[in-house]
This record gives sequence, C-alpha cells and structure tokens, in this order.
Amino acid sequence: MNTPKYYVPARSHWPIFGAVAVFLTIFSMASIIHQSSQGHVGTLPVVMAVIAGFLMLYMLFGWFGEVVSEGLRGLNSDQLKRSFRFSMGWFIFSEVMFFGAFFGALFYARTFAVPWLGGEGAKGEANMLWEGFVAHWPLLKTPDMNSFPGAMGVIDAWKLPFVNTVLLIVSSLTLTLAHHCLRSKDKKGTLMWLAVTLALGFAFLCVQVYEYGHAIHELNLTLNSGIYGSTFFMLTGFHGAHVTLGGIMIFVMYWRVKNDHFTPDDHFGFEAAAWYWHFVDVVWLMLFTFVYVF
Amino acid sequence: MSHAIDSADHHHGPDKGILRWVYTTNHKDIGTMYLILALGSLLIGGTMAFVIRAELFQPGLQLVDPNFFNQMTTMHGLIMVFGAIMPAFVGLANWLVPMMIGAPDMALPRINNWSFWLLPFAFGMLICTLFMDGGAPNFGWTFYAPLSTTYAPPSVTFFIFSVHIMGISSIMGAVNVIVTIFNMRAPGMTFMKMPLFVWTWLITAFLLIAVMPVLAGVVTMMLMDIHFGTSFFNAAGGGDPVMFQHVFWFFGHPEVYIMILPAFGIVSHIISTFSRKPLFGYTSMVWATASIAVLSFIVWAHHMFTVGLPLVGELFFMYSTMLIAVPTGVKVFNWVTTMFRGSISFETPMLFAIAFVVLFTIGGLSGLMLAIAPADFQYHDTYFVVAHFHYVLVPGALFSILAAVYYWLPKWCGRMYNETLGKWHFWMSFIGVNITFFPMHFVGLAGMPRRIPDYALQFADFNAIVSVGAFIFGLSQLIFVYNVWRTTIGGKGEKATDKVWDEPTGLEWDIPSPAPYHTFQEPPVVK
Repeated sequence: MNTPKYYVPARSHWPIFGAVAVFLTIFSMASIIHQSSQGHVGTLPVVMAVIAGFLMLYMLFGWFGEVVSEGLRGLNSDQLKRSFRFSMGWFIFSEVMFFGAFFGALFYARTFAVPWLGGEGAKGEANMLWEGFVAHWPLLKTPDMNSFPGAMGVIDAWKLPFVNTVLLIVSSLTLTLAHHCLRSKDKKGTLMWLAVTLALGFAFLCVQVYEYGHAIHELNLTLNSGIYGSTFFMLTGFHGAHVTLGGIMIFVMYWRVKNDHFTPDDHFGFEAAAWYWHFVDVVWLMLFTFVYVF
Repeated sequence: MSHAIDSADHHHGPDKGILRWVYTTNHKDIGTMYLILALGSLLIGGTMAFVIRAELFQPGLQLVDPNFFNQMTTMHGLIMVFGAIMPAFVGLANWLVPMMIGAPDMALPRINNWSFWLLPFAFGMLICTLFMDGGAPNFGWTFYAPLSTTYAPPSVTFFIFSVHIMGISSIMGAVNVIVTIFNMRAPGMTFMKMPLFVWTWLITAFLLIAVMPVLAGVVTMMLMDIHFGTSFFNAAGGGDPVMFQHVFWFFGHPEVYIMILPAFGIVSHIISTFSRKPLFGYTSMVWATASIAVLSFIVWAHHMFTVGLPLVGELFFMYSTMLIAVPTGVKVFNWVTTMFRGSISFETPMLFAIAFVVLFTIGGLSGLMLAIAPADFQYHDTYFVVAHFHYVLVPGALFSILAAVYYWLPKWCGRMYNETLGKWHFWMSFIGVNITFFPMHFVGLAGMPRRIPDYALQFADFNAIVSVGAFIFGLSQLIFVYNVWRTTIGGKGEKATDKVWDEPTGLEWDIPSPAPYHTFQEPPVVK
C-alpha cells in the first residue's frame, strides 16, 4: 500500500441532497400509508412523493455520475479503490442480515410458534387459545380463519419456482461469462452475455409476477392469509425487489461497457454489480429450499 | 478527484459560513456535528426524564396524564439510545479514528456527511410525532408487539420510518468506520498496534452492520402487520407476539454492546494516561472485546425470561449470559491493574474514568443478578431493571463520553477546559447519578413496577430522593455545556500544548493542538 501523498476530499453538495431526497421519499411514503389507514389520502403527500422520486433520481445520477467520472479521469488511488471494494462487501453483508431477520421469522414460526399453537412441544398449552387448531406447515388453516383466511393451496415448487431457479442460476453463469469476456477484452461478448443476463433476470421477474397472480387469484394466498402468506410474500417480495435493483445495476454496467468505461484490470463497478447479483442468487436458493420445497 | 487534488495543494482551512457544515467532507467537521446533535438530544431526552421524575416525585397522578407519561418514557429511551449515546460515539469515532491510525480522513468522506445529515431529519420526524393526533409512540423504547401494532397510536408509522432512516445512517456510518480501519491505517500500524479505541470501534462497527438490518426487518414486519394484513406478531394468523421480542432482542442485545464497547476503549486510554503506565493486558483487552461481541449474539432471550420460554431456552440463555462476565471481568481487572502502583493524578477525565470503572461494575453485577433466570422472574419489569441499565448507560456510556470530551477537547480546539468547573461537573454528576439510580435497586427489589406513572405508598420516600437526584444530575450537565462553550466558542482557557497531558501515547498527541483541519498530508511513521 504505497500512498505517497494522501488524497484529501473536496466538499460536495450530494450528501445533503441525498439526505433531503431520502427524507422526502420516506416521509411522503409514511404520510401516504398513514393517511390511507385513516381512510383518505390527500394530494400533498402524493405530490411530495413524485417530487421526492425525481430528487432521488437526480441525486443518484449526479452522485454516481461524479464518482464514475472521477474514476474515468484516473483520480482514484489504489487505496480508494480498495475502500470501494470493502464497502460493497460490508454492504452486502448488511443485506444478508436483513434477509436473515425474515428467514429467522420463518424458522421461528415453523419450528416453534405454529407447533405450540397446535398443542405440540414445550409450550403446547398455547393450544388453549384456539382449541382444535391443528399445526401443520404450510399453514393453510389458520387459528382464526375469519381474520386470516388461509390459502387454498401452495405453489408447487417443481413448476414455476423451479423454472425460476434455473433462470437465476443460468443468469449467474452468463454474468460470469460476461466477466470473462471483459477480462479478455471481448467487448462484443461482454455486451452479449450482459444482455442475456438481463433478459434472464427480466424473465425471472415476469414469472414471479405471474406466480403472484396465480397465488392471489386462484389460491387465495395473500399477505392476509396468516403466517405462511406473510413470510412467503415478504421473503419473495424483498427478493424480487433486490433482483430489480441488481437488474438496474447490470443495465448500468451494460451502458458503461458500451461506453468503454472498463479495462481488463480495472472494472470494479462491474464486479460490484456481479457480487450483488450472485448474492441475490444465493438468497433465491435459500428461498427455493425453505419457502418452496420444504 | 480533481477538486480533491487541487484542494490538497492550495487550501487547507475550512470554508466559511454555514455551507462549510452542510457540504463538508471533513471528518472533524462531521464529528463535531455528530457531537452537537448528541448534546442536543441529551438535553431533550433529559428534559423528558425531568417530566418522568417530576410525575414520580409523589405517589398519585399530579402533572401529566398516563398516556403522556408513557410517551415520555418511550421518547426518553429512543432519543437517549439513538439520538444521544450512539451519535456521540460516532462523533468521537469521526474525530479520533483517522487521527489515531494516521489516516487523512474517513475512507468515504461524502458517505460520511450523508450519514450525518440523515439524522436530523430522522429525529425531527420522531419528535414531531409528539404533536400528532393520538400522540407520540407510547409503547416503550422496546416497542413490543402488540402494544406497538394492534394498540399503537397512528403516529407509529412515522416512528417506523424514522427508525428506517436512522438505520440507513448507522449502517453507512459503520461501513465507513470499518473500511477506514481496515484500509486507511498508516504503514506500520498493524492490527495489534492499534489504539484500543480503534479496536473497540472496529468491533462496534461490525455489530452495527450485523444488527441494524435486523432492526429494519423487525420494524418492517410491524409496518406490514399494522397496514398490510400480515400476521407476524398475531397468533390468530399463526404468528407470535413473542417472535417480535426474539427478533427485536437479536438486534437489541448487540445494540447495548454497541453503546458500551467504545466506552471501554475510551476508558482504557484515559486510565493509562493518568496512571502514567502503559495499559495492562492490551492483547487480552482486544480478545475480551471480541469475545463480548461474539457472545452478544447468543444471549438475547435473557430479556425475555418471563414470556414463557421452554426450560432448555431459559437455561441456555442464562448460562451464555453469565459467560459474558468473564471477558468483562478481564477488562475491569486490567483497568484496576493499570492503576495499581501507577503515578495517578485526578484530572476531570480520570475522575470520570475511575467512576466509570466502579459504577459500570455495579451495573454489570446487577446484570449478573438479572441473568439468573429464576431470580429474574422476581426482578423482571421492576425498577431493579431500570437501575441496572441506567448504571451501565449513564455512569457507563455517558460518563465515558464526558470523559472523552474532557480528554480530547484540548486537542480538538487547542485550549484547556476549566479544571475547576470540570471537577464541579464531575462531583455533582457523580453524587447526582448515585442518588438517582441507587435507590431504584431497593424499590425494584421491593416490587415497584417500571413504566407506571403511579406507585404504592411505601415507595414514596425513595422516589422523592430519586427525583431530587435526577434534578441534581440533570442540571449539573449545564456546567459541562457551559465549560465546553467557554473553551470552544468563548475562546477562554489557557493554550494547550501539543501533548496536552503528561506523555500520553497515540498518534493524535504528536500533531499540533488544535489538530490541523487536514491532519496528515502524508502517512506518519508508526514504529
């Protein structure tokens, strides 16, 4: 680590911009949810949400644009590049822990809460709350079917979810092929494999949306159908949101490859997007195993 | 970055006016802003404590209605934890970590500023809930479901999103600290040469990245339960309110170590300096800190002994909790041994540090009592618990922060604080804090429940004493505010030397006082 002279950062207006944009986004979302639970959504929060959305976009384009252009001008020291790598790694770790909270809820409900409600195990006296409730998983018959009408069935793991598993695994492979092409200066190949990855990701999302439609309309599996629906939709929903985010990252990388931003040895933006995509893939494998198959 | 390189060559001072603070990427400016925010939160949260103690001065209801009392206890906890203690430690990390490891600044200076500026918005939103229909959150700072879901005031939505913003800020701040420590150390600064404050913050940052997302997850589940029909915490749908407590405390227990590990680092520095001896057992301090962090992930259910855990769970969490006493004991032993046969002098930072060791140990020992599951059935949700965690957070975390400010303030602003006022502040605080929290042990053991605005007559005398102590403690913090103000903005006090104290160790004492705006232009040499 040779840093002959330290890099001293300049002031920047993006952070305050980012803080205002994040606050307005979250505050308008909170206001809309709050008002809709009171029965009436005013125009002010909606207008605020639209403005906040534009601010977020402007901030993201501006801030990332500045970082990209600094990188292109060769201003980033090796030390700064290492900082970017470490930061992305720790950011992904924080995302792992976020999913961990929801997986934890799933495992707790399956292993403890539902069996106890059904009269099994160390705290089986909980069965006195709803006598006659029988524990099973997937939980289709909830303790209180009036408040939480359970689903009529669950999605067959070996149909659409399996297709989705194949789609995502293949997309991780094609992304790696793109990476190999990038390292061997094959721009055309890189672009082609990136496009294939994007198409596979998009196909995954389409299948997921179709599956949601099937679940909601034919199986009556919704957020409201008890703990099974809660964990199912929250886990797959957050995963889908992350696939979308990863897809946007790969789209940006496609554009950056096209504009020759990367060299075979220096393409951290690409690698960061790839790490994220593989992370999302691993989360899906966990989902497929514990939400769909078992 | 072109501007960056230009500015490194041409100008070394801060910009003028308010925009200096808004646009800054300087770790010292950002550290200062964090510390000011923490002080503001401390005063607001302290005012809420005054309301609580005024109401509890006598039995019966006299000043506020019970719902407002609940809002005060909730907001007091939230603001002190997320608004005072945590930002204060982040502020200290910003100021000190780059100077201690010989770095020019934090690794990601713009993200650093973003992390800070999210906080005023988050706390603004949280405090505004006080003026909403139905009032502010009133379910306690631990926001247990179903109080925080089914029975929550409508403002809970804003509370949830404010926690989300704080979470984003904390995670980005922690990533910044961890990357700075891994990547920005001066050549020769190996891990086992790092000052203990840096070590403790490294481990704290790891804990933050690991558990803040879990907090985000649990408040998201609340939001979904309240507004979107899920049943995570509702047994009618197969969920479980107890599950809330599990997920919350999986965050919550590492969180309490987030609020004490940096304090361990600070106290280690101060005790070594004023004992004029190197710290006893540096290596064991590092390992003890790491062990405490690892253990913090497997003890969470000791907060929940009375909710109906299976027996095997009670036993597991009881024993794992008691294990924490071992590395903590190592630390207390090392502090005491550092002082043993030292040439000790009692400047204000040292007074606070010694008080920390004694009073934090009292809090740790009452924690061991609470760790005994069968005994906890008696202590749970009484004032004994309030006494316990206030002993570790007030004369623990807060005293360490005050000690740190007195210890490093001369380095920050180039002038000595007023020692007489510092001593007054210390003794008033020390006496006040013990009058406030020590009698709580007795009323707690006698069965006085926490979070209730009224109490049985036999607790009246002790509660009156506690309230008097609270007002002494709270008002004596104004001495501190005045002392810091007169030293920094007021420009009073004698000029500090570069070393400030008698041969302290650490890179920060090799640079001028006040520390230049950009500390190191080139990496310092670490022997």
